Amino acid sequence: MVTTGEPAPRHLTFGAYLICLQGVIWREGLRFLHQRERFVSALVRPLVWLFIFAAGFRQTLGFSIIPPYDTYILYEVYITPGLMAMIQLFNGMQSSLSMVYDREMGNMRVLLLSPFPRAFLLFGKLIAGTLVSVLQVYAYLVVAWFWDIQPPPFGLLTVLPALLLVGLMLGALGMLLSSLVKQLENFSGIMNFVIFPMFFASSALYPLWRVQEGSPALYYVCQANPFTHAVELIRFALYGQINWIALTVTGACAFVFMAGAILAYDPSRGLMALRGAPGAGN
Amino acid sequence: MSETPPALEIFGVSHRYGARLALDDVSFCVAPGAFCVLLGLNGAGKSTLFSLITRLFALRQGTIKVLGRDLSQDPGAALAALGVVFQSRTLDLDLSVAQNFYYHAALHGIGRKEAARRTGELLAAVNLADRAKDKVRALSGGQMRRVEIARALLHHPRLLVLDEPTVGLDIGARADILKLARGLVAQEGVSVLWATHLTDEIDPGDDVAVLHKGRLRAHGVAAELREKTGAADMKAAFIALIGAEEAGGAW
Repeated sequence: MVTTGEPAPRHLTFGAYLICLQGVIWREGLRFLHQRERFVSALVRPLVWLFIFAAGFRQTLGFSIIPPYDTYILYEVYITPGLMAMIQLFNGMQSSLSMVYDREMGNMRVLLLSPFPRAFLLFGKLIAGTLVSVLQVYAYLVVAWFWDIQPPPFGLLTVLPALLLVGLMLGALGMLLSSLVKQLENFSGIMNFVIFPMFFASSALYPLWRVQEGSPALYYVCQANPFTHAVELIRFALYGQINWIALTVTGACAFVFMAGAILAYDPSRGLMALRGAPGAGN
Repeated sequence: MSETPPALEIFGVSHRYGARLALDDVSFCVAPGAFCVLLGLNGAGKSTLFSLITRLFALRQGTIKVLGRDLSQDPGAALAALGVVFQSRTLDLDLSVAQNFYYHAALHGIGRKEAARRTGELLAAVNLADRAKDKVRALSGGQMRRVEIARALLHHPRLLVLDEPTVGLDIGARADILKLARGLVAQEGVSVLWATHLTDEIDPGDDVAVLHKGRLRAHGVAAELREKTGAADMKAAFIALIGAEEAGGAW
């Protein structure tokens, strides 16, 4: 006998939930290890910005002293939190790209067949993606350290909760988008319409007071952009400080995006049911 | 419960995509320990029914119960008793066979030690014990299918549903898969719902549900359906049941 004669139990224990969560994180980790190109490009992308873009821009931009910095800083130091958030932005979008791929390939169907509540499964997937993005950020910080970008050592610790929250927010946004995208090809369009505007219309590359001097309208767009607040949350946390507005906005956005993603993947209310026939419309 | 509920109970199920009615008031049961064939041409509504059974789509009209557990009201309990083999491949190609199994086990709350034990047993049962550490990518189509069936049994479901599991396989592999599924019914008492458009996969004693254009055309034991239509074989019976002119283009 390879199967028991007893029907499966009706209820799942707390231990079973932990096993499930662990399994989802473990698989994400394995996939990440198997996709070395993904890790390398996640590391190279911000380093290109740091080594080339920041070096070129260093003389062009002058900064006054703005919090959380208490002295004049180099441009490289200024954009580091922005690049950390960029790593997480790309990772969030990439893991949702893998969800679109998963759904096409059927892996997502396996996940959704689990007897655990769907909200729990999607949350587990978000946590897994977030942990991967945090690893990438620390890998970047190690390299940046040798480029003389040396935040206070305790800042490397205090930034961790900020990275977790930002990772969750951006992962949830990606997940929400992935539920709206039917096929892989459509996704590259959304990448262009989401990643680039979010990144450039934020405080990642330039402080907002300078944006305001140039274009007041853009300033308000930047203020309304959740990514700006993600960057500021990381920037302050990296120096052991809390930016309460950034924390509130990031937390609220994480919650809203997550709720949206869970609703969208709910078979009874979600958008999946409204679309065409199974097997990508045959 | 005084008596054993059906392994799968489908009652009054309808589903539409926009204006198109894909399933129209479909009702039938899979008895405990039965091998039930869901027979229909491509586009008959088989995949839609599978998407409803596996909760990819919401059930808007009708009821589906797995072992008496209502899929809409108690989805966790229903899914725990259900094993699924999808038409498209759902294994992670870059992971090893065993890693795929451990992931699936975790999704059902089964710890690593128990998962390892069951993986060994199940892979031995499908004659692939020596491939546990190989990447899935290295397996042949038939082997992948066997792995998928073994994986679907990891959490010991009492009902196994398979959506056109022999599509794309050669004759030998097809016979293997069919034998494997029939063995599960005979030796393990697992109930099976086997969707196909191939009448040669049907045995005279099988339960057959004929689906055509979203409607259930007939349901009964294969031999009796054949007798009732007066057809010489199952293929002819199927054509008679769905109407010769409609089957014409598809054969």
